[in-house]
Amino acid sequence: MGQIATPATGAEKTRTALDRAVIRFAGDSGDGMQLTGEQFTTESAWAGNDLATLPNFPAEIRAPAGTLFGVSSFQLQFGSQRVYTPGDRLDCLVAMNPAALKVHLRDLKTGGLLIVNTPAFDKRNLDKAGYATNPLDDPTLAERYRLHKVDMTGLTHEAIKDLPLNTKEKDRTKNFFALGLVSWIYTRPLEPTLDWITKRFAKNKDIAEANTRVLKAGHAFGETAEIFGEHYAVEPAEMTPGLYRAMTGNRALAWGLLAAAQRSKLPVVYGAYPITPASDILHELALHKRFRVRTIQAEDEIAAVTAAIGASFGGAIGVTASSGPGIALKSEGIGLAVTAELPLVVLNIQRAGPSTGMPTKTEQADLMQALYGRNSEAPVVVLAPATPGDCFYIAYEAVRLAAKYMVPVLVLSDGFLANGSEPWLIPDVTTLPPIEIQFRTEREGFFPYLRDSATLARPWVRPGTPGLEHRIGGIEKQDVTGNISYDPDNHDHMVRTRAEKVRRVAQEIPPTSINGPATGDLLVVGWGGTYGSITAAVEQAQTAGKSVASIHLRHLNPLPPDLGHILREYRKVLVPEINSGQLVRVLRAEYLVDAVGFNRVRGLPLPSEEIYEAINQLLGSTP
Amino acid sequence: MSPSEAGAKEAPKYTKKDFESDQDVRWCPGCGDYAILSAVQKTMPDLGIPKENIVFISGIGCSSRFPYYMNTYGFHTIHGRAPAIATGLRVARPELKIFVVTGDGDGLSIGGNHMLHVLRRNVNLTILLFNNRIYGLTKGQYSPTSELGKVTKSTPVGSADRPVNPLSFALGCGATFVARTVDRNIPHMDEMLKRAAAHKGTGFVEILQNCNVYNDLAWNVIYDRESKVQHELRLEHGKPLLFGPPDDRRALIMQGVTPKVVRAKDVPESTLWIHDETNVNAAKLLADLFAPDFPIPVGVLTAVEAPVYEDLILQQEQKAISERGPGDIAKLLTSGDTWKIS
Repeated sequence: MGQIATPATGAEKTRTALDRAVIRFAGDSGDGMQLTGEQFTTESAWAGNDLATLPNFPAEIRAPAGTLFGVSSFQLQFGSQRVYTPGDRLDCLVAMNPAALKVHLRDLKTGGLLIVNTPAFDKRNLDKAGYATNPLDDPTLAERYRLHKVDMTGLTHEAIKDLPLNTKEKDRTKNFFALGLVSWIYTRPLEPTLDWITKRFAKNKDIAEANTRVLKAGHAFGETAEIFGEHYAVEPAEMTPGLYRAMTGNRALAWGLLAAAQRSKLPVVYGAYPITPASDILHELALHKRFRVRTIQAEDEIAAVTAAIGASFGGAIGVTASSGPGIALKSEGIGLAVTAELPLVVLNIQRAGPSTGMPTKTEQADLMQALYGRNSEAPVVVLAPATPGDCFYIAYEAVRLAAKYMVPVLVLSDGFLANGSEPWLIPDVTTLPPIEIQFRTEREGFFPYLRDSATLARPWVRPGTPGLEHRIGGIEKQDVTGNISYDPDNHDHMVRTRAEKVRRVAQEIPPTSINGPATGDLLVVGWGGTYGSITAAVEQAQTAGKSVASIHLRHLNPLPPDLGHILREYRKVLVPEINSGQLVRVLRAEYLVDAVGFNRVRGLPLPSEEIYEAINQLLGSTP
Repeated sequence: MSPSEAGAKEAPKYTKKDFESDQDVRWCPGCGDYAILSAVQKTMPDLGIPKENIVFISGIGCSSRFPYYMNTYGFHTIHGRAPAIATGLRVARPELKIFVVTGDGDGLSIGGNHMLHVLRRNVNLTILLFNNRIYGLTKGQYSPTSELGKVTKSTPVGSADRPVNPLSFALGCGATFVARTVDRNIPHMDEMLKRAAAHKGTGFVEILQNCNVYNDLAWNVIYDRESKVQHELRLEHGKPLLFGPPDDRRALIMQGVTPKVVRAKDVPESTLWIHDETNVNAAKLLADLFAPDFPIPVGVLTAVEAPVYEDLILQQEQKAISERGPGDIAKLLTSGDTWKIS
């Protein structure tokens, strides 16, 4: 084993200013990497940086220690300018064991900072990671990267040797040594983490003391160890003034529903069956009963959606959520809501498929399922949030549209948005558009399928309303009266009417915002969680003087009314997606434009570098 | 007052006619469903519930056309899912009186899972399961209650599936009210409907029903006058389990843990099995019995009290609101860790 650095005092340290940095903490599932990353994120938010995060963890709850598939990581990018993505290549990698090094080293930039916990590189762990020899002994590692071999385990134990904790408990705090050290390297404030420790371990003073000491020990080690010749500062970013909080996509969806419950003055009935990565929405909503959110952990996905439909029939806001496999099970239920013309919100937190696929990895390959994945003609409204914080607005909008048009609304989030977080400017909720619910109570002239002339919505009648007793169902019905009808012309009319009702939602869509020139060589069109990657790549191309613009669709059905016009203002159209080319097919079919796809389906966000390359390639030049 | 009783109001005086919808009834002539529809419409005025607060929910199948013929609120949904839809509706609107109408295929095959869970949750609603031991709407395939070896279009040399017993199934799921009645016994149907509708929690009623087209007289053992006298065991709370013709009364007794049929006059009165609706274990034994070796129990097998699902959910909500006030999204958004950028 190589030389291990020891602290020394009085070393002079230089501080270098950076625009941005990309850091990844990687270790065993049990090493607390998610917590370390989250705390580092909070510290960076306090420092006033813009940031984006990418948690990445195995689906196994307690994956065997030391194995490659048991590696858990947390990546974030923070900067003094707008940060759109968690970053492609790493400036700094913290590897707590050999498996973490093996899995993640390839993402570290040449010359990047590599910090390893040396005691974890023992025979057993090296074997598990498939290393024949210790990679730390290979001199090329230190030639390629700025390698720092730190005895984190030993230094952690030394810092808390007098505390009455057992070895395992002491061992468990070493992630805070890593956090303290990296916090020093990037000049992060420790206060938020110290606050967190105090609150989290209020009932266990020894654990609180241990974590505090180890965090400070890691920080002091950076300050004093001779190996760290310099450290970095990332100035606060220019951000819209206001009050901010960190927001993940799943929490934002849940809170958007709470906002909708409050504004509509209706209870939300949320039917869900646990599934990764959607379950956190259920957990979050279950905490907020005061908003009249009633969660039903249903017996299966079908019961989850049908319970929501039953609630909507009763005049509440019926919501269900799942991921792709669960949405497949719900499709018959969604069809029922289409023909019964009831409001329903369906959240799909997309994950890599098909079938079980890779449950904890992201993908956006359920667009066709959302648009067409039901028997017969069953159009629904489809929305997609662009960022974790945008999930709040999209959930609220989904409820508003579902109730106004008496139609199911599908929301396509994904694993990246669900678990990723961003600094989120807290909105003034009074500026949200009202959700005006008007239940029909007037008996005169009532028919269950009498339609509003502007929206084509049928009346929403709460059972319990005297004189309006009526029956609805899945069988085709005569328009207006709602009576069962097998009349061929009526069926054709109803198919068209249900489609037209969804099309009319286009009148709700604001003008499309264009990032870049209104006309030019290339338009990049994206949707969903790729917003950050696309925007970063497009702005890089714009900085390089390219005639490139981008638009990001939040409405996928109906599409924005101005989209056809915008597409024709550019010579070429590029559509990056984490699927094999779904939106690109829709655009080609709808608008007869020669749009080109850029597709990677790796279970990871699209690297903006690769989108940048694709832009240049399509423009016929090299970067 | 429990949350589910909130908003109750007095009902006007209704007649059967008030519950007849304007739709033509489209079951086959001679179908047992007509008698059930008539019994339900006739029972409704006695429930004392305003018509607008009554909802009929069904899945798919002949029985599931039922809501169209009731002049109440109704929702004819998708195959097997009525219990789940009804659960969502109850959670949203606990003041409504909900009836789920289903059949042996809808309720025990495609919807078996939902049936299990609505019963264990004890959602406050009434389930009418029409059991005709056959698939009618799809034209005559065997059902999950068809006898082993049943010859149908889909099983030309006999089915290989053992049947499920709806009563045993319901009791196994933890049902708090389980009863059986027969479509050809209107007064008894009325009585069972009223009992089930008044039950707090899930009231499960199996109605032996005749499909005269695909499985005619499947229940002849209890339709035929002579056979009925021999086999029908009327369950009455607090009364001994006696059945058979007056000149040859038989008693159902317990021998160890096994039910046994004996001549009533051969056993002392003290050994008779007295029916107790609150004894769920006894109900489980009764549920399995059937002709020809045993009598056919008809009536309320069990009626016990247990927490009601939506009551608990609403109590949690009311507790949260009374302790901390109604939710305020503006406050929630600014709670916890926030930071200001100026």
